[in-house]
Amino acid sequence: MQILEPRGNPSQLMRWLAPPLAIMLTLLAAAAIFALLGKSPLQAFYVFFIEPLEYANGWSELLLKASPLILIAQGLALGFRARVYNIGAEGQFLLGAICASGVAIYTDGMTGWWILPAMVLAGAIGGGLWGALPAWLKTHYNAEETLTTLMLGYVASYLLSWLVGGPWRDPAGTNFPQSILFSEPAMFAPVFEGLRLNSSVFITALAVPLFWLFVSKSFMAYQLAVGGEAPAAARYAGFSARRTVWVSLIVSGVTAGIAGAAEAAGPVGQLTLSLSPGYGFAAIIVAWVGRLHPVGIVLSGLLLALIYIGGEAAQVSMQLPSAISWLFQGMLLFFLLGADAFVDFRLKRRPLKLWLKDRAKEQEA
Amino acid sequence: MSVPLSPPEIPPRLALWHVTKRYPGVVANDDVSLAVMPGEIHAVLGENGAGKSTLMKIIYGAVQADEGHLVWNGQEVRIANPAAARHLGIGMVFQHFQLFDTLTVVENIALALEGRFDLKTLALQVRAVSEKYGLPLDPQRLVHSLSVGERQRVEIVRCLLQNPQLLILDEPTSVLTPQAVRKLFDTLRQLASEGVSILYISHKLDEIRELCDRATVMRGGKVTGETDPRQESAASLARMMIGRELPVCSAPPYHGERRPVLQVQGLNFRNEDPFCASLFDVNLSVNAGEVVGIAGISGNGQAELLAALSGEQVSRPDAVLIEGAPVGHLHAGQRRNRGLAFVPEERLGRGAVPAMTLAQNYLLTAHRQPSLRRHGLISRTRAREFAARCIERFDVRCNGVLAAARSLSGGNLQKFIVGREVMQEPKVMIVAQPTWGVDVGASAFLRQTLLDIARSGVAVLVISEELEELFEICDRIGVLAGGRLSEPVPREETDAEQIGLLMAGTQQQAA
Repeated sequence: MQILEPRGNPSQLMRWLAPPLAIMLTLLAAAAIFALLGKSPLQAFYVFFIEPLEYANGWSELLLKASPLILIAQGLALGFRARVYNIGAEGQFLLGAICASGVAIYTDGMTGWWILPAMVLAGAIGGGLWGALPAWLKTHYNAEETLTTLMLGYVASYLLSWLVGGPWRDPAGTNFPQSILFSEPAMFAPVFEGLRLNSSVFITALAVPLFWLFVSKSFMAYQLAVGGEAPAAARYAGFSARRTVWVSLIVSGVTAGIAGAAEAAGPVGQLTLSLSPGYGFAAIIVAWVGRLHPVGIVLSGLLLALIYIGGEAAQVSMQLPSAISWLFQGMLLFFLLGADAFVDFRLKRRPLKLWLKDRAKEQEA
Repeated sequence: MSVPLSPPEIPPRLALWHVTKRYPGVVANDDVSLAVMPGEIHAVLGENGAGKSTLMKIIYGAVQADEGHLVWNGQEVRIANPAAARHLGIGMVFQHFQLFDTLTVVENIALALEGRFDLKTLALQVRAVSEKYGLPLDPQRLVHSLSVGERQRVEIVRCLLQNPQLLILDEPTSVLTPQAVRKLFDTLRQLASEGVSILYISHKLDEIRELCDRATVMRGGKVTGETDPRQESAASLARMMIGRELPVCSAPPYHGERRPVLQVQGLNFRNEDPFCASLFDVNLSVNAGEVVGIAGISGNGQAELLAALSGEQVSRPDAVLIEGAPVGHLHAGQRRNRGLAFVPEERLGRGAVPAMTLAQNYLLTAHRQPSLRRHGLISRTRAREFAARCIERFDVRCNGVLAAARSLSGGNLQKFIVGREVMQEPKVMIVAQPTWGVDVGASAFLRQTLLDIARSGVAVLVISEELEELFEICDRIGVLAGGRLSEPVPREETDAEQIGLLMAGTQQQAA
């Protein structure tokens, strides 16, 4: 049988080469899938990756989608580095959108510069609280955050569907499950006339250097990293494991909440059931493909956004199923995790019996 | 193929000819030859890193030599894996036992055997072998309830059941009381008298002089001498082993004020885990200017006491006092703010973060230095400067401040961690197993460092399994056994014999 044997000293170069490698493998696998579907892989790649960027509108859409992905992934990466696995950013994103929409709905008809900042703040608080809940469950009841964050995501989506189907349903909306359209003071202004890209992209543009500064310079981020790398060393140094959990989950909740607020007050302009195209989950992939590094995340966020809009284009011009974007995302994560596994381990062929017998001895040796 | 042996006498049980093993960047064994006769107790003496372990792994089939020959009872052999070694009749007792806590003695032994057997017959065999060789063992006892000495017996009996012609023991006495060491030696002599050859790996000179017929001394992967250890002095063996005189520590008298700095009063800790130790009414006082040692075998409450002292485990506020102030309820970081420094037994993963650089690891406890942290931001430049100072002052051999902690040898990492803690100018310094796995030169340096900071007015507490070390540097020595700490007595008023009895005290009740 073949087993994975840990490498003594994993190569740092290969760790950074793993994402490009995973991208190439994804493209190869995608080419095979296109061929099986009877489409020309070259044409498909053109539609996916080149065509969207030939027009200003494509670039606008790219940044519009990359912005929330990058913002959420920055927050997630902070926790992932501390080995706090928040996989419920989708729920925190929805809570952020809900809270921001609440502000927009109850201030409808008013004017004032403060409405939009209040919505962003409400989104941050909503997302932050949705992250704080699993932190509380983890620190007080030792409930695994991977499960609680994921499950709270479902709670958030049911909360959303109750709100848009009940109290917040647009009275003039012919019973569609959606809120009123937000008025202008409750919306991010477009950056360029006629394009959907809005000024919320500047929040992300500001967040990236802030996260970079935080990660590379702050004592707090150092403590988080020690807690993730060597929990016993963190205990030895007196760094609080509880605080690590609280900070990781609240920060990632806040970034997801802000992204949700920006989505509701941006391209969507109202609270609807289909508010999120799965940004909260895609951001997990963005964080890992970006190697949890603030700059790497920018690059991987752009890539994932391209896959999103390329997928939309392929649906239209090549009649490919809409699941194709998800397929790409899934393959990318799969190949990346696979490549990572081979950075840390090597394949070794050994007879099973021998392996079982000598494993204990080998660990000694 | 057989290699003809020139003198037509009895062939050696095992002979190694010109064995060389290279690893990337290092020659672990360089042209090593040695021969063990039937019934001979043969020492392999050397420091950590001298190549002893690699050589034993080659003999036991865990690694393959790049060059050279192995001759077993006159026949050249190739030992592909440990199973092949066992088939030839080679048994090995590892330094770290490989037993399952939740299984009985006989079940553990059964796991290592090949072929069919039934547990009842095996239990009878275990009892027979253990009685024959003075290794009393109850085959039905669960391993977790055994003392360390008894666990070692399980390992030895497991080897003996396979009727070995050669038994390899790797640092077998590192966890034994002086009394248990003597019993082990009796067993080994009996085995040798029956013709079993013994390879005895150690760095303890006195033991080797007492027990062994021959000694092969290794340094830096090479054989530096082969001798009859009974004809040598400890000093002459040490010269062969480390290439110079054995360094000695100097303990000047302390003239400062003798006030208690670290006090422990009625510390209890009930451990829920049945495989871990509890603490019962531990009392201790360490004064400024003195080194107090706690002897005892790990697993008797050492880890629990250290966690309670460092703050990784909190307790009643007045159970631990620093300079008279209760700190039992404070966590590790808060106790450091009050002047506590701690060097844990696990250097990688607890005392240092393996994947981080030395500069980053310097920050782990040194972030309290005001110039290193301002407004929540850390100064990487200053951290590098301080780490460089630590490396220079404590003679840490490494590739500079950006070397990953895991790239350092055990001794150098220990020097770095001790240096980092000393540079915090603590009032209390607690050190666990200061020289575990550290070579002789670095050990002497570390011991002298501890003495020096004590004499500068720091209260130093050392927890160690090495009695010789404690007698070398401590002013007072106590014993932690079964979770109870004996009153530390001045070094001059006790000896290894007495300490050894205290170490065994509660264990023998349990056995």
